[in-house]
Amino acid sequence: MRFPSLEHIEQQSSPGKIQLRDDPSFASAKMAVFQYLAVAIFLFLVTGFWELQIKSPEIYNERAERNRIKALPIVAPRGKILDRDGRVIVDNHSTWSLILSRENLKQEHLHEIADGLHLDYDDLMRKVGRYKNRPKYEPIIIKEELTPAELAFVEAHRDPDTFPEMELIESQRRLYPENGILANVIGYTGEISESELDIPDYAKYNQGQIIGKTGIEKQYNETLMGVDGERQSVVDNRGREREVLGVKEAKPGRNLQLSIDLDLQAVVELALDESLVDYPHARGAVVALNPQNGEVLAMASRPNFDPNKFAVRIKSKDWKELTSDPGNPLLNRAIQAQWAPGSTFKPIVALAGLETGAIDENTVFHCAGGASFYGHFYKCLEVHGDVTLHRGIVASCDAYFYGVGNKTGIDGIAFYAQQVGYGAKTGIDLPNEASGIVPSPEWQMRNYRQKWYLGQTISVSIGQGQTTVTPLQLARAISGIGMGGVWHTPHLLLSATKTEQPHEWALNPDNVKKVVSGMYGVVNEGGTGIRARIPGLDVCGKTGTAQVASADYEKAHRDIKDNAWFVAYAPCDKPEIAVSVLWENVGVQGAHAAPTARDIIKAYFDKKIRTAEAEAARQLQRSNPANAIVSALLPAASVQDAARDASEGNTGTTR
Amino acid sequence: MFQFAGIKDFDWTMFFVVMIICALGVLQIFSATHDTVWQGSWWKQVIYIAAGILLMWIATSLDYHALMSHVYPLYFASLVLLIAVLAIGKRAFGSTRWIALPAGIHLQVSEFAKIAIVLLVARFLTELQKDVLELRDLLKLGGAILVPMALIAKEPDLGTALTYLPILAIGVFLAGMPWKYWLAIAVVALIVLPVGFVSLQAYQKARIVSFLDPERDPQGTGYQLIQSKIAVGAGGTWGKGLTKGSQTQLRFLPVPHTDFIFSAFAEEHGFIGVMVVMVLYFVLLMQIVQNAQTAPDRAGMYVCMGVGALLLFHILVNVGMVVGRMPVTGIPLPLMSYGGSSIWSTFLMLGLVNSVRVRRFVN
Repeated sequence: MRFPSLEHIEQQSSPGKIQLRDDPSFASAKMAVFQYLAVAIFLFLVTGFWELQIKSPEIYNERAERNRIKALPIVAPRGKILDRDGRVIVDNHSTWSLILSRENLKQEHLHEIADGLHLDYDDLMRKVGRYKNRPKYEPIIIKEELTPAELAFVEAHRDPDTFPEMELIESQRRLYPENGILANVIGYTGEISESELDIPDYAKYNQGQIIGKTGIEKQYNETLMGVDGERQSVVDNRGREREVLGVKEAKPGRNLQLSIDLDLQAVVELALDESLVDYPHARGAVVALNPQNGEVLAMASRPNFDPNKFAVRIKSKDWKELTSDPGNPLLNRAIQAQWAPGSTFKPIVALAGLETGAIDENTVFHCAGGASFYGHFYKCLEVHGDVTLHRGIVASCDAYFYGVGNKTGIDGIAFYAQQVGYGAKTGIDLPNEASGIVPSPEWQMRNYRQKWYLGQTISVSIGQGQTTVTPLQLARAISGIGMGGVWHTPHLLLSATKTEQPHEWALNPDNVKKVVSGMYGVVNEGGTGIRARIPGLDVCGKTGTAQVASADYEKAHRDIKDNAWFVAYAPCDKPEIAVSVLWENVGVQGAHAAPTARDIIKAYFDKKIRTAEAEAARQLQRSNPANAIVSALLPAASVQDAARDASEGNTGTTR
Repeated sequence: MFQFAGIKDFDWTMFFVVMIICALGVLQIFSATHDTVWQGSWWKQVIYIAAGILLMWIATSLDYHALMSHVYPLYFASLVLLIAVLAIGKRAFGSTRWIALPAGIHLQVSEFAKIAIVLLVARFLTELQKDVLELRDLLKLGGAILVPMALIAKEPDLGTALTYLPILAIGVFLAGMPWKYWLAIAVVALIVLPVGFVSLQAYQKARIVSFLDPERDPQGTGYQLIQSKIAVGAGGTWGKGLTKGSQTQLRFLPVPHTDFIFSAFAEEHGFIGVMVVMVLYFVLLMQIVQNAQTAPDRAGMYVCMGVGALLLFHILVNVGMVVGRMPVTGIPLPLMSYGGSSIWSTFLMLGLVNSVRVRRFVN
């Protein structure tokens, strides 16, 4: 093939001036410059590839892998919490949570996402900000327990062109009993906080995980919490899954069986609510435990709260309300309220007097509506005349115990108060237990650098002064005396009964008998605790009316009133159940709290009898030959139904 | 009298280099699109290339002098078409760059207007009577180029508009522009640039800012640069293999068959593959320069060097963007990126170079 050429080339290329001008060779040096420029530019580009592909390909390889592989957490369900009979106290239910995948997160989307999910925009921004220094592939859980409307919003907007960063995962939500039953004992869960992440024990947890924050949930967090699983998959730039690389299943948390008896707990909650209904702030606590092994059967505190509000993420308004409430609903008063024990301290003073030999049962102290010590007249509520031990306890005569305390001395009182467990944590398996105070000269010197005044001993003798105890300590201390000097460690974990170590201090059985007889009289011989009497049952008890400030101060401040205590256990010689009741700031005598304890003790024994009867009925059924034939003929289920009908006909419910 | 140039005078070295580059481009287009909605692109590209070869052949057979003698009508026709694009053009991806033709072809007028500019610069500078460029001439020529540039920038397509500048630059450089003019231009540019930056579209500003610091907004404006660098780096020495690059296949890489085709290529063929292609492009450029050096006249030299400068600028900006050394601009990599307009205009320009070459033995 040949290319034609046009005529005027010839003209231009003809010899002459124009041809000289037309010679391109004049620019050959400049063309060489262009060649060098091309070389420079190519070197510039090639070094770019060198830097990325030869010098540090690993960095980019890793980033490509992070682009490609997405890991979604599979949240492990938390273990359930059961009562002693295996009934569910805290359950889980399935919900959907929304997580933000930060790899395709666009800041400008956050506003609309916050709107659609009813989240506070500023909260969300703060949350996203907190993750700034975390690796990109770590997702942020921004909302749990999506409502159907929110779920619909997510489904409608999670497509690649709208908000591809939204990702749904299934998770388990905590379901707590309604009305705050056991709330202060069980506690609540929540997302691990920044400060918690700094605690060495919590180092194994990750941001965004749900942990127990208080109560049982915190104490046994490790048991209850499972191990989250993970789903790894290959995704494209829009987050669509292309291939599943592997699934690590979540390991669910283990269930936890408590020593709590839900039946008794229900009675306790009701009794406490009913008894406090007349008092403005309704603050108080009840503990019921088994003195023979330390099992806590019921525990309640007022005011309480609804842990379901925490089950997801507590709204800041609710949180403010809870924390600013002067009644402090988050406090478990059964183990955290420390108040002067008042007259409930007297059996311990009596025991100290007897054991140290300072008094015997016939030692007389005169009550003239009080008694004088060290130039000061200490009052009693009534004029009791000459009083000995039994009547001193039954009538709760202050003047008698001033005398006992004075004779025994502060060191003796403090020693026995410590033996029964005062001034130290009981060791219950709950966080933040208070230890109370057993004042003594050493204690005063250590804490206040002050000498002990003998007058203080007089106050301590009737459970005033600086003495403070918790309701749990009180129930344990008094029932432990009834046990003859064995104080078991209170616990909520049922299986801990086997491993629990009691504190034992050999008391003189005669002395125990004398004190217990006094406490029997309190309830059964017209004493201050007569309203706790249950016909046919030996109930021992002691009332307490404790000043929380000096009498003058209480008079001047009408909102500061006496606390009412009542502690009781039954049966007197072989205690099975001990109950302590505290009403805070009610201004009435401990005697008023006695019926609450009575109801609880009665409920306990009623159930015990019912259970025994049902068991007997079942035994009878099994041993009756006629029934054996019936069970052989009838389907198993109907036999069980028949058995249940029989037992319920006799005794009501068996559970 | 007629001069004839033989078929053996055609620049076969250039042709083979171009064919290898195009073939690698087709392969990469196939790899980047085989499981997407664009999966037919690779054979469309083959058709574009085939048509491109035909266009190159036609351009080679046309005498560039004849074209240059008609350059003003060509130039004004280009301006009219560019105005038409703004008036009735097809809008896509936020800018209006295409004119819809029957049979579903969308022509990017700005790609073809380049050819008119190459010829315009060549003719203008050939007709100069002095050895040194005068200011009056510079302003005239500059003005003639600024008009289409402004129209293209209005689309908006600043990247393509900027590709017109190297044609002018190489021309005035070869024509002998005094150094004080270069200095003056530099000074004016320094003053105008900040003002120009302010008047840029928001997305254009963001591109420049994110080029300087891509990690500032990795999900937004910095996304493309970052993903491109990841793709290139992940390729390593030998590459992940055809259709095996996760950045390309999972589409983390934006437009891996057009503007970012070289990222996709680098990911799947590694540094070795990159070197091969870079050498091929270099050989192509050197062939063009050689043709300029052996051109029968000034006009031919200006044509060849204009084409060479334009291609070098394309390679610098596109490949520079791929390795994160240039801001993101929507300009394609000649011969590799998918797209008829770019392929055809490149082949037409290479045809012009050959038109010069086959007429070199006129004397």
